Amino acid sequence: MALILEKISNLKNKGKKHSNSKTYVLKNLEKEGIKKNNFKVALVGNPNSGKSTLFNQLTGSHQHVGNWPGVTVEKKEGNLVHKGAQIAIADLPGVYSLSPCSFEEIITRNYLLEDEVDVIINIVDATNIERNLYLTTQLLELQKPLVVALNMYDLLKGKNMKLDFLELEKLLGVPVVPISANRGTNLEKLLDAVVNNKNVTTRARIYDKKTTEALKIIEKSLIDFGITDTSVPWLAIKLFEDDELILHKLNLSKKVVDQINEQKNKIELSENTERQTLIAIQRYRYLNMLCKSIVIKGENKSTKFTEFLDSILLNRFLAFPLFFFILALIFYITFGPIGTFFKDAINSFICDGVGNASYVFLNKFGASAWSKSLIRDGIIQGVGSVVSFLPQIILLFTLLSLLEDSGYMARAAFIMDKPLKLLGLSGKAFVPLLMGFGCSVPAALGTRILEKDKDKKRTIFMIPFMSCSAKMPIYAMFISVFFGQHKVLAIFLIYLTGIMVSIFTAFMLKGSTKKNEQPVFLMELPGYKLPTAKNLFFHVFEKVKDFLEKAATVLIAASIIIWFLQSFDFGLDMVTDSSESILATFGRLIAPVFSFCGFGDWRASVSLICGVIAKESVISTMAILYSSNDGTSLQNLIMVHFTKSSACSFMVFALLYTPCIAALSSIKRELANRKIFYLYIIYQLVLAWGISALVFNFSKAIFKA
Amino acid sequence: MKLNLLSSGQSAKVVKINSKDKKFKIRMTDMGFVPGCAVYVKRVAPLGDPMQVSLHGYELSIGKFEASKIEVVI
Repeated sequence: MALILEKISNLKNKGKKHSNSKTYVLKNLEKEGIKKNNFKVALVGNPNSGKSTLFNQLTGSHQHVGNWPGVTVEKKEGNLVHKGAQIAIADLPGVYSLSPCSFEEIITRNYLLEDEVDVIINIVDATNIERNLYLTTQLLELQKPLVVALNMYDLLKGKNMKLDFLELEKLLGVPVVPISANRGTNLEKLLDAVVNNKNVTTRARIYDKKTTEALKIIEKSLIDFGITDTSVPWLAIKLFEDDELILHKLNLSKKVVDQINEQKNKIELSENTERQTLIAIQRYRYLNMLCKSIVIKGENKSTKFTEFLDSILLNRFLAFPLFFFILALIFYITFGPIGTFFKDAINSFICDGVGNASYVFLNKFGASAWSKSLIRDGIIQGVGSVVSFLPQIILLFTLLSLLEDSGYMARAAFIMDKPLKLLGLSGKAFVPLLMGFGCSVPAALGTRILEKDKDKKRTIFMIPFMSCSAKMPIYAMFISVFFGQHKVLAIFLIYLTGIMVSIFTAFMLKGSTKKNEQPVFLMELPGYKLPTAKNLFFHVFEKVKDFLEKAATVLIAASIIIWFLQSFDFGLDMVTDSSESILATFGRLIAPVFSFCGFGDWRASVSLICGVIAKESVISTMAILYSSNDGTSLQNLIMVHFTKSSACSFMVFALLYTPCIAALSSIKRELANRKIFYLYIIYQLVLAWGISALVFNFSKAIFKA
Repeated sequence: MKLNLLSSGQSAKVVKINSKDKKFKIRMTDMGFVPGCAVYVKRVAPLGDPMQVSLHGYELSIGKFEASKIEVVI
């Protein structure tokens, strides 16, 4: 920790000061032959090989990590100082290859080719070396300084495996440093290797004689054409593989293209292979031999542990009961007695303790009635009733991150693939959908693990209906007032409604896809891991910080603005009855729309609109708008202004209508299509209104109120 | 024989990938389905799709549809 703090302070002191003059100074230094002290480093590796864990260790930041492939979907950047050298690190999304097949692969390879990356750190999972080194063979061909970080080296012992990393270093011709990103071991050595980097000079003999000759000739034609880049060997291979993106980008003359084609045609192919796969076949053949010479395997204990757990969790008869049990347990812990106990404790502390103390305090100083009402009934009641959900949010996020870190997420996707296929989705879609119960923002981003754009879009459409944690205060407030005896059942029904609407949405959109457009399902199943306390802590800590920051800024500001707008009229005179205020005038414009749903009160409409800023502010706004000067609690006020049936329809509307601004912008970015985005918003609003009106009329018949 | 027709506990060797989709083919070879590679079917999901296979020392879950494009010999 001290080390990290030191790094951060170094970073703050030195980080930005030199950034402008950096390149200039650097160039001069290089000219004079002085050793470079400023590096741009890229972290590249397979999904779930520990890139983000290493990135966090090196830069002291807290990027989201988990034990399923595809946690990092965006490029992240950070800085550190090592022995006087400034190192800027970019954490790239995990890829299996540099083929242009997926979005992540294209991002990664463009970054490596175009940005001025000085050193590539290739993270290789030592416990899964053959599969991981496949990418390494491609990175070697870029001919850029490369350091292999052999991660999870400490786990080999438990797996009864030995790895000759010195031999690997010799065979690959680049530095290989065994590390443990999780424990932070050997990172100094890794950074030493980065600082002392050299260009890759040796070339591992991966391809057979004929292929090598053909590649050499292609390289020569490229150099003759005037391409001097170090990545020429890699470009030659890509051209040999008919990589259209590269061919297009290089804009070669017809003569060169003909020369390349001649070489391609020269290679005779057996009946089972084609040129595109020939290279891959040879790479795997090479790796197979390489691994035989460096890996010594004994009987594997830890795979046995994973196999044992899988034999239960993926058992034909037990898999689904256990799956539903796990989800029910998360739900029960969060909303059942444990979560409620903490919530009530905090709520009574803030609303009664802090609220009354501030009232007494303000009285002492003879504060005016309106200021007392603003502080106690507005800010403290409103923000307090939201903050009291913190324990439940902590519980939910802790449990969700336990699922992520343990490796169960990939299993859930495995067993859910078939049911999700009925909706035209891949099993992988389960992961972002489940994350949606926490927060829609990372969930929408998480859809990038889906291979096809259509799957991705459809999953994004489903996510907002998975009720996010910020909506909890709304349900809890109404349920405690009207359905106190059936708390858990009522909240379960709300969540179920969201899930059903989500499924309905997916079904509707399924019609628009053709039958042969099946979603691709290919996913690595990582071994189970014990979640580390540190990781769990950061995961939850980030969320808590985020939540409290939002409460301290957005909610308080919104509360004050709302209070102001409902206390003054257009002439800026203070009103005695808030129904004459500015806000009421606006609210009344919209309110009639909701009279079909049973809550045509302007205050309810305004609260819902405020909910677009942040869902937490629905309740904090209600606390202000419904407050009266006699100190009646929000619960009692809601009892006066709502009925059982309008409470139901209000909750349903809050569940289904457009998500908050943060989620909307994340959805908009992921959809990357403005028209579809706006149509989707309209869909949500119409659907929310329609279902809410239906619920109102049905429940009116049932409850007779 | 096609990979999707194997039952759990069976091993086989990959012969080729039958697909006209170039991207799909590259994707499969990148994941290690290259001619001559040994594949072991560990289990089939409770609802019959997808299946879990191990190859090159790692575990992969693959949809039956994708597996049907992979020709193997036992």
